Amino acid sequence: MGMTYIQKLLARACGEPALAVGDVVEPPVDLAMSHENGALVINQFNEIYQGTGRDSSVWDPDRIAIIFDHRVPAESSKTATNQKKIREFVAKQGIGKFHDIRGDVGGICHQILPENGYVRPGAVVVGTDSHTTTHGALGAFAFGIGATEMASVWALGHVLNVEVPATIKVVVKGRLGPGVYAKDLILAVIGKLTAEGANYRVIEFHGEEIRNMPTSGRLVLCNMSVEAGATAGVVPPDAETERYLRQEAGVTDDLDLFGPDADAVYERVIEIDAAALGPQIACPHTVDNVKPVADVRGTKVQQVVIGSCTNGRLDDLEVAARILKGKHVAAGTRMLVFPASWRIYSQALERGYLGDIIAAGAVVCNPGCGPCLGVHQGALADGETALATTNRNFKGRMGNPSAEVYLCSPAVAAASALTGVITDPRGGN
Amino acid sequence: MAIARVVCKLGDDVSTDIIYPGRFMATVLPTETPQYAFADDKALNAKLKAGEIPPGSFIVAGKNFGCGSSREQAASCISGYGIIVIARHFARIFLQNSINVGLAMVICPTIDAAEGDELEIAEGRVWNRTSGKSFPIEALPQARQAIIDAGGLIPYTRRLLTKQV
Ligand code: SF4
Repeated sequence: MGMTYIQKLLARACGEPALAVGDVVEPPVDLAMSHENGALVINQFNEIYQGTGRDSSVWDPDRIAIIFDHRVPAESSKTATNQKKIREFVAKQGIGKFHDIRGDVGGICHQILPENGYVRPGAVVVGTDSHTTTHGALGAFAFGIGATEMASVWALGHVLNVEVPATIKVVVKGRLGPGVYAKDLILAVIGKLTAEGANYRVIEFHGEEIRNMPTSGRLVLCNMSVEAGATAGVVPPDAETERYLRQEAGVTDDLDLFGPDADAVYERVIEIDAAALGPQIACPHTVDNVKPVADVRGTKVQQVVIGSCTNGRLDDLEVAARILKGKHVAAGTRMLVFPASWRIYSQALERGYLGDIIAAGAVVCNPGCGPCLGVHQGALADGETALATTNRNFKGRMGNPSAEVYLCSPAVAAASALTGVITDPRGGN
Repeated sequence: MAIARVVCKLGDDVSTDIIYPGRFMATVLPTETPQYAFADDKALNAKLKAGEIPPGSFIVAGKNFGCGSSREQAASCISGYGIIVIARHFARIFLQNSINVGLAMVICPTIDAAEGDELEIAEGRVWNRTSGKSFPIEALPQARQAIIDAGGLIPYTRRLLTKQV
């Protein structure tokens, strides 16, 4: 019986000729990523070694990545102290893939990993962040784990008790129309599957639109796969994966590109007609509360946010700049833009996107998680409505349980910032 | 297990932002996280902090409890009160975190109970002593149960490291 992409990946990683869904494996880890919650991982890691008489060294400092992004620059002395503790640990353990608060190498973890070539097709990647699913866009099996589990990985070098997951195949037929993007596609998929529809499963993306989609769009699809409950999202690697890794991530070593078996067995196959899809929007307070933008257009918004690990990439800023150029953000609406990394920030600066965005009245924030999780910048007032290109709209997500958050593409966000109400970027409002 | 009351009844898709809002994520120690459990549900949070909920009490929830973030604080903040969570099912990372840090949780796909009901867990079922009905519990896979039996992932990993497993 044929294997799906992740089945095959796990079999290779574990040195098994084949694996069946439900088999329990303990795959070696290629990359273990944490952000500020590394402070908790360090606590748990040290506790593991307590009383063992052993020296607490991580299994492989080159396979650990730590990126400061959630609260940068530190918003409180507590965060600053956590960051200091992590810096000391990084120095002591010799951890190489460390991205501090810096304008040259900093950014959001789910952008830093791809753009630095840390993730390869076939790799097993774990991260103490639920959106670690992002890295399936490069053909890795990438999934989120908790801090204690990460401490165990730092000690052992493998993940314990991984059940080989069943796979849902999503086939996207045809091509997306103008003004419709990867974000609209994944929102439609989540609306179809519901917030728990892919629980304990992998979503594997196929079809004409996916083959033609740049890695930046694939990162969006895999990033938000977790919002349908998926353990991981994945795009089997192809020529575009290789192009991205060589040209944009500077990878020079050999790549192992493979696909699922032709006779792979999927639990479920979902087909989507890309050409029939219009802009989508996730309404408060669940990500699966997805509607066509047309259903809620005209809704007043006080804050528009473009950024995050979902839609803070160069092409997202390009779309926003194109819509905003020479125009002005509506009175009564504020617009915040936070690029996903400093590399993207400088590229957007060079190409003039940031200039156009600022001239339109938007505030450009430093790369980082910022308003996305509501701890740092861009808090909402009671009763306010925000429109964001981020990935979660749970009650309280942007820091205020009495506010509402809608999720959309950068095009919908930028078009709505100009009008102050939810707007279809294709016109006709 | 003793008979105890349902202190709180929740719906489907309760996210980690509800259980432990992101703005408290800089607090990490299991000894400090309980104060922020359900912080935006002012009444529940106040009851918890005032010690009005005896350990061993139940929270009953619907499907997909703990969806969202991987933040382990969402498990440790509840476990600090000794509360047992019964849900129709749990989100993957939350379930794993609960096993790893020792939050008592019960997967009960058909559970039906109201706030104030008295429940008892026995013989692989949840018995609702108030309604007189009982509901089957779904067992955890063997490999996960082994971590619980070891007292959590820290002792389990420690044993693996020192080769006592
Ligand atoms: S941008 Fe938002 S979703 Fe992405 S890693 Fe940061 S907090 Fe998480």
